[in-house]
Parts: sequence; C-alpha cells; structure tokens
Amino acid sequence: MAQKDVLGRAGEDRAAAHLAGRGWRLLDRNWRCRQGELDIVALDGPDLVVVEVKTRRTIGFGHPLEAVDERKRARLWRLAMAWAAAHPELARGREIRLDAVAVIGADAATAKLEHVVDLR
Amino acid sequence: MSASRTWSVALTGIDGAIVEVEADQSNQTPGFHIIGLPDSALREAASRVHNASANCGLALSRRRITVNLSPASLPKQGSGFDVAIAVAALATDGGMDEDSLARTVHLGELGLDGRLRPVPGVLPAVLAAARAGFERIVVPHANADEARLVDGVRVLAAASLAEVARAHGADVAEVELEPVPRPAAAAGSAEAPELADVIGQPEAVEALIAAAAGDHHLLMSGPPGAGKTMLASRLPGILPPLGDEAAIQVASVRSLCGEPVEALVRRPPFEAPHHSASVAALVGGGSRLVRPGAIARATHGVLFLDEAGEFPAHALDALRQPLETGSIVIHRAGFTASFPARFQLVLATNPCPCGNYGVRAAVCECPPMAIRRYLGRLSGPLLDRVDIELRLARVSVTQASRSGVVSTQAARERIAQARDRAAHRLRETPWRVNARVDGTWLRSGPLALPPVARRPLDAALHRGSLTLRGYDRTLRLAWTLADLDGHSAPTVHDVGRALYMKKGITP
Repeated sequence: MAQKDVLGRAGEDRAAAHLAGRGWRLLDRNWRCRQGELDIVALDGPDLVVVEVKTRRTIGFGHPLEAVDERKRARLWRLAMAWAAAHPELARGREIRLDAVAVIGADAATAKLEHVVDLR
Repeated sequence: MSASRTWSVALTGIDGAIVEVEADQSNQTPGFHIIGLPDSALREAASRVHNASANCGLALSRRRITVNLSPASLPKQGSGFDVAIAVAALATDGGMDEDSLARTVHLGELGLDGRLRPVPGVLPAVLAAARAGFERIVVPHANADEARLVDGVRVLAAASLAEVARAHGADVAEVELEPVPRPAAAAGSAEAPELADVIGQPEAVEALIAAAAGDHHLLMSGPPGAGKTMLASRLPGILPPLGDEAAIQVASVRSLCGEPVEALVRRPPFEAPHHSASVAALVGGGSRLVRPGAIARATHGVLFLDEAGEFPAHALDALRQPLETGSIVIHRAGFTASFPARFQLVLATNPCPCGNYGVRAAVCECPPMAIRRYLGRLSGPLLDRVDIELRLARVSVTQASRSGVVSTQAARERIAQARDRAAHRLRETPWRVNARVDGTWLRSGPLALPPVARRPLDAALHRGSLTLRGYDRTLRLAWTLADLDGHSAPTVHDVGRALYMKKGITP
C-alpha cells in the first residue's frame, strides 16, 4: 500500500471512531460499485448519512474540504442513490444526507478533525 | 460565526451610492460567492481576496462565504470593492471589531501580495461617503492625498490588507510591504499661456475678455492662421480661479477618468476634442462603467471645438442639453449616471471650406452653395446659445512687429472687477453672471434700459435684422461690456458695440 493510502485508511478509521463515538450506527465501510467508492455509510438517528472522509498531512496543498467540490458532491449523491438502491431494506423511508469529515495531521490518531454536516 | 458588514461606494457618474457589503459563513465545503450584480472584474475579487489574505497572514475561513452587495439591484463594477469584501469575509470568523467595521467605508483594489492598489474615482466616492454621514474611510496609500481633499472625514491610508485588519482590531503580525506607488501625474504646464502673446487683434482680445467676464459662449470665424486656437487657449488663464466646490467637481471628474489627483487645481480646465469625436466621446459613455466625456471634463472651464463645422451634426446637437441644464445625464440599463457639465463653449470655424472667403488678397474658390452649407452645419439651436460672434482677419505685416498690449494679469483683474459688479447687481436674483440672466427680466425688469440707450437695438429689431432672442443676447452682452468699462448701466455706445459683436457672422 502506498504511503498516501495508509494515511487515508488511518483517517477513515479515525473518522469512523469519531462517528461511532457520537452514537451513530455504522452500516458500511468502503462500499464499492462501478461508479466509485463510498467511505462510510451510517445512521445518525433516523437519517441515512453518506460520509466522505478526506485526510491530509498538512494544509500546504489546500484544505482537505476544498477537494470536495461541486463535481465530487454530485458524484457522491449518485453513489448514495446507488447504495440506497442496493440496500433497500436499510434505506427505505429514510432521508439521505451528505457529510464530510476532514482529518488534518500526519498521525491520524492525534490529527485535527473537522466534521461538516449536510453538504449542499 | 456570524454575518459581518461593512461599507463601500458604487459610483454612477459623479454621484456615489453607498453599498453595504455583508459576508456570511455557512458550514459547508469551502467556497466564495459574491452576489449583488457584480461585473466580471468584481466577481474576480474572490481570487484576489483569497491570495491577499493568505499572503498577509490572515486566515480566511475554510467554509462557504457568501458576500452580498446591497442594494442588490444596483449594478456594481470594478475592483474598488476588494478591500470591503476582504475585511467583511475575514470578520465572519470573529476577531475584528464589528462596530468599527460597521462605521467604516472601504475603498481599494487588492494585489495578490495583499497590498492596496489605487482605484479611479476615490474623490467622488469619499464625497459620497461623507455626505452619507461616514467619518472613517479606508483608502489605498496611493489615493491618500486625493481622499484628504474632502473635509470632515478621517482617512486611513493603508498600504496592505494586514494594516486595515489591524485597524479593526485583528491580531495579525506587521507585514513589511512597500506601498504601491501612485501613478505619476500627467505633466501639465504650470503656467497658462500669456494673453500678451496675441499680436494685433485688439477687437478679438476685447471680445475674449467680454466672454470671460460675462460667461458668454463664443464663436470665432476666420481664415487659417488668424489665431483662433491661440485666442481660445488663453481663455482659461483669464477666467477667475475656481472656487472650492467647482475645483472639487473638476477634480472628481479627473479622478473618474482614472487620472491621479493630488491637489485641487484652481485653473479652469480646457478641453479641445478633435472634430472626429463621436457623441459618446463628447457626452461620455460605456456600457456598464460610464466614463465622463469631453463635456464633463470641461465643466467649470472651457470647451473649445476647433473646426466646429466639421463635427458630426448629431455630436454638436448633443451639446444642447448640457448647455441648457448644466449637467449631462446618461441612461443605461439599471441606472442613470449624471455628470456636471457647466462649461463655456468656444466654437471656431473657417469662413468657408477653403478658408479664404472674405479674406483680403486671397481668392476663395468655393461655390456660394458650399459656403452657405458650411456655415449651415452649425445648427440654429446651437448658435442661439452663442452670444459673441467674432470675425477674425489675418494679422497684417505692420501689426506683426508690435507685441500685444493686454497682459493676462491685467485682463484677469478687469474681468474679476466686472464679475464682482455683475454679481453685486444681480445679488437679489438667482443669477450670478450676465449670460445666465433671463431675457424677460432684462428687458422689462427693474434694470430695463431707457429708450435712448436701446435705440440701436430697437432699430435692428424693427429692420428685422435681429430676432427677439438675439435682442436679449445682445442686451446681456451690453451689460457685460458696461461692467467691464465700469458703467452703472449700458450706454448707447455699449449697446452698439454689443450689436457689432453679436452680429459678426450669422444674422
């Protein structure tokens, strides 16, 4: 695994722990389909939340959330719909929401974490 | 995290509208949106604000920032909003004194390095802010002198965005930045051309002095080389120096044209557009940003149209409205721009296309119709507003060795005295100079002339060689001549001279 993928994986673990700590029920991690991959799918109370996790060692090349642009958001929405279609029993009757978590720091365990709720 | 607000100024013509710049943060992925009818230059402010903040050590929030320019319906253009947008956006994170922001107007463009760059139109913008009751204004360092021309406001001339942020209480380290230098002022001649340089032509000099004393518009007709341009260029020098308000207006127009303004210029401006000028060049134009034209630039000064007959007819007719109202209003989608346009018109023309008609010892080869058509290009309504029609001849050999007799200084003193006399006489009326006085009031008001003095005029009217409007104009000119000679009212002699000056070229 390349260095960046190790970091990304560690960031996702950290984000998952953070969300679980807030009482969310994690449904899926790294779900793949032909269109791409979802980092985390979880239930925040009644809502079905698709979470994009972005990890960067420093903000020297820009803030991680800056990478979640218009195009990426559109793609995440398409993936969320695909996940819901693949898991009708879990998705039925729930509102779908898009969140983003930024993890900034070389060591994911101590890195700074920012959670943006309800991307539009 | 909250909405923060500060102020800037949108210029439409010489009037500025105060614009509220609001910035709000929403918890979204990073973004920067400017709304409120920005043009392309203004929309690009997002990038400038971003880099300028980063290079000044100021942290712009990593969330979505929306900047609203209110009133939202007024089109806004240019880069002068950069600083206001930057401080409002930076203040959404807290750390700046909201109250201080809400009492300050910000003007200026940002460089990527965070320096404040000069913008055009600072003087009218500061005036508008002062009128709206603001006492504190941030301007780029290079515009400092210009902004300080306005009384009653505290001007903070900032070199960098960090300096502005610190003024509002932000905790930011001092950045060593050389202020953006001010563009060099155009090298204008310090001294007005000397009237005594005019050789011979005593009548013409006298007519020029009368035009200056009574604010009369002037038409000169003469062959090439008679000295029309020379005479016209000496008019600003003998006009009285501009008062405070007029000088500020003149400087405001200069500022809108993007010229650097450092101090008030007291000499009346002199504008001489080329005869190929379009209507837009004369009255001002542009689709979004309306730039002042030659008429506005000549306000409180002299507009000299050389070869007046060669100007396009519709360009000349565009002069009629400003001649009547003293201002020019330009309508564009979404707004109207107005500029001051109270100028003294000096027209010069050749007597005919070849220039030799009526000149001694020269042969005019123009057919009669060509001569009539040539003079006919100046439309009646325009000529109606011209009080003095002067026919110039070439200076003969015997006169050429003699120097002129009237110096600029002497002429200026005579004109000042004549203007004082007129202002004193008209102190109960809304007018200050003879050329503006209402004709009816002049004919039948308290200062109506006795029949003895009016005799040459009445005779001309009966003969049909003078219209009633021409009658009024001659009367005004007669008063100016009387003021110049220190008479308490025009004598028969003054009226006769006025009639001669009025009837120089056209009936």
